Amino acid sequence: MASMSPEQGSGDMAAYQATDTPEPESDVPSFADVAEHGHAASELDPDAEPVLTVENLRMYFPVRSPGLIRRKIGDVQAVDGISFEVPKGGSLGLVGESGCGKSTTGRLITRLYKPTGGSMQFEGVDLAKLSNRELKPLRRNVQMIFQDPYTSLNPRQTVGAIVSAPLQVHNILPRNQIKRRVQELLEVVGLSPEHYNRYPNEFSGGQRQRIGIARALTLNPKLLVADEPVSALDVSIQAQVINLLQDIQQEFGVAFLFIAHDLAVVRHFCPEVAVMYLGKIVEIGDRDSIYSNAHHPYTQALLSAVPDVKQAVTGERRERIRLTGDVPSPIDPPSGCRFRTRCPIAQEICARHEPPLLQIGKRHKVACHFPGRLGEHPREPFTARLLGVDAEGQPDPGSSPATDLVEQPGYADTWFDLDAKTIGRA
Amino acid sequence: MDDPLLVVEDLTVQFPTEDGVVTAVSNLSYQVELGKTLGIVGESGSGKSVSSMAVLGLHDARSARITGSIRVRGTEVVGMSEAKLRKLRGNEIAMIFQDALAALHPFYRVGGQLAEAYRVHHPSASKRDARRKAIEMLDRVGIPKPDRRVDDFPHQFSGGMRQRAMIAMGLINDPSLLIADEPTTALDVTVQAQILDLLQDLQREFNSAVIIITHDLGVIAEMADDVLVMYAGRAVEYGPCKEIMVHPEMPYTWGLLSSVPDVTSDTSARMIPIPGNPPSLLSPPTGCAFHPRCVHRDKVPGDLCSTTLPELIPGGRGPQHLKRCHLSNSDAIYEAEVLPEIAPDLVEEP
Repeated sequence: MASMSPEQGSGDMAAYQATDTPEPESDVPSFADVAEHGHAASELDPDAEPVLTVENLRMYFPVRSPGLIRRKIGDVQAVDGISFEVPKGGSLGLVGESGCGKSTTGRLITRLYKPTGGSMQFEGVDLAKLSNRELKPLRRNVQMIFQDPYTSLNPRQTVGAIVSAPLQVHNILPRNQIKRRVQELLEVVGLSPEHYNRYPNEFSGGQRQRIGIARALTLNPKLLVADEPVSALDVSIQAQVINLLQDIQQEFGVAFLFIAHDLAVVRHFCPEVAVMYLGKIVEIGDRDSIYSNAHHPYTQALLSAVPDVKQAVTGERRERIRLTGDVPSPIDPPSGCRFRTRCPIAQEICARHEPPLLQIGKRHKVACHFPGRLGEHPREPFTARLLGVDAEGQPDPGSSPATDLVEQPGYADTWFDLDAKTIGRA
Repeated sequence: MDDPLLVVEDLTVQFPTEDGVVTAVSNLSYQVELGKTLGIVGESGSGKSVSSMAVLGLHDARSARITGSIRVRGTEVVGMSEAKLRKLRGNEIAMIFQDALAALHPFYRVGGQLAEAYRVHHPSASKRDARRKAIEMLDRVGIPKPDRRVDDFPHQFSGGMRQRAMIAMGLINDPSLLIADEPTTALDVTVQAQILDLLQDLQREFNSAVIIITHDLGVIAEMADDVLVMYAGRAVEYGPCKEIMVHPEMPYTWGLLSSVPDVTSDTSARMIPIPGNPPSLLSPPTGCAFHPRCVHRDKVPGDLCSTTLPELIPGGRGPQHLKRCHLSNSDAIYEAEVLPEIAPDLVEEP
């Protein structure tokens, strides 16, 4: 950046660049202007149709033995049977710690990887089954925003070439209209049309991320996969980019699969959130269900671990749940529930059986044998009868296991109401 | 009362480059007492890391110009000879870096690296003593089976364990000042919580002073006793942590607080960005360095903000709480304008 001459930046850099000469007051917006453009948290449209339906998606990466004959000796079960829906024009957040499979999921949906199994229905087509050639016309509908704005832009191409590449690949516009379209896009993301001929190294991190966003928008996608779009940016720039993404969502009705480890940003951006652990979804639901009414001990531990300014100053710190140890290896995940090795409430049944993802609210599902609010987890496994086992997880000949425990994307009209101990209905 | 452990006075760090002189830190002053934690917040390029590297004397004298004074237990660090600095580092002051994988040598066993740090400052210690000390420290920071893990290589450790090993290495000589530069930024939240707990426990046990450098206000709010907010190489707000989190007086601090959502905040709270980008340190803006991005400038009469650098002086909230801003009634502006937008649930009903 040291080689950047003072005149080169403009757009949001202009305010600072012009400071050599006293500038008119109007160059800096007033607080009211800025506040007006800052968005509150996105809201859920419960009636939106799904734009993407993912069912039992799996991705196994083979592990090969060292040496000449590279025999397959196992699999990294990066994503192991997850199901969810992304509503049209809405956003689903995918959170979890490193290695939980959230980025792999994003790469599967954009088909940077071909899944090992499962389906991804997008507008009546199963993206998981298509060949690369069949996929090409569909790729324009699903685009990706990457985490690192430094490595995801080709340093030898101009901004114009980067943003127009999708138009040329898909042969959408005649050559003489491409430039105008790109300049339009640059304006949409808050850059100046004159940036067309500049190179990525002339821009700051936040501006580069805007270029990446412009590129993703070029083909009017219906779904954007944003993989940690702000975690590489400075704090003050993160808010600019989040607000821009919210603007884009409102203006163009794009749906987002928003992958991030920052629970607070996900809470702000996504009305619906899925929590992943070791390749599985452990809890999924709308914002309130996850952040104010979490029933899975992992979600509760994650939330309690987030440092929070408000709680620290008001002194209302809830007790931090200390998880011991690290995430186990996905090559050889624990039997039964994958979280049991770090779970504060694990019992015998957890090692024997994998908990099914049960719907426990209108828009709330959890995969735990002992689902409950913090400190109110039941003593007896809630799932034992459904699985046809006793409280220790041993087969129980007297019980009749439920046969319809297959994980479905989306939500059913009936659910297990844990508080009322009845079946809840919409 | 004794002098504080660390006193930084009027510290300026400049780097001459081909394009001109970069003033990374200007006229910075702060102090840290034993048993206390100072949090330094700022964005990249604000000078927070550069200033703490100066405390350790890590800047190359050929490329950096350092003026001002840094005193550790009354001893001046600026201009100290390399031999004396080496005694100070590790023994009196230790540093924990953000990227533990890069900070640990990949070729040497973790235990060997810890033992080396010990033996440098305890030349009379035998190899066996140093190894025993290494195992003891790994145990202290919560590495399971330390007597076996001591012979592992860094790549055999997970991210959280590496950070623990770094902390063990930093504390092996019982330093009185620990500087943690973004110690948890590369870690997952549950591991971050473990490491922050560990740092707090160790600080209580050894009664050491800690400087924690981060851009995460949540971490600061939970860990620090005092906060120093830096912008473009200068302190812009300095005071007790709680005071600054509840009654911030500088619009840049407001901007930082309103740029990040909380997991518990009201969902009607807005995320309000700071417009523009951090300035270049080659040609920083005249007057207040933040004025080109400041959205509250219109409340200061004339062009004071763009012509005159405000002093770091007490605002309206007591002598402890310093701010560098021309706004005279900033507390009232914050309560009336900013707080209702970013934390509507915290606004008290009149």
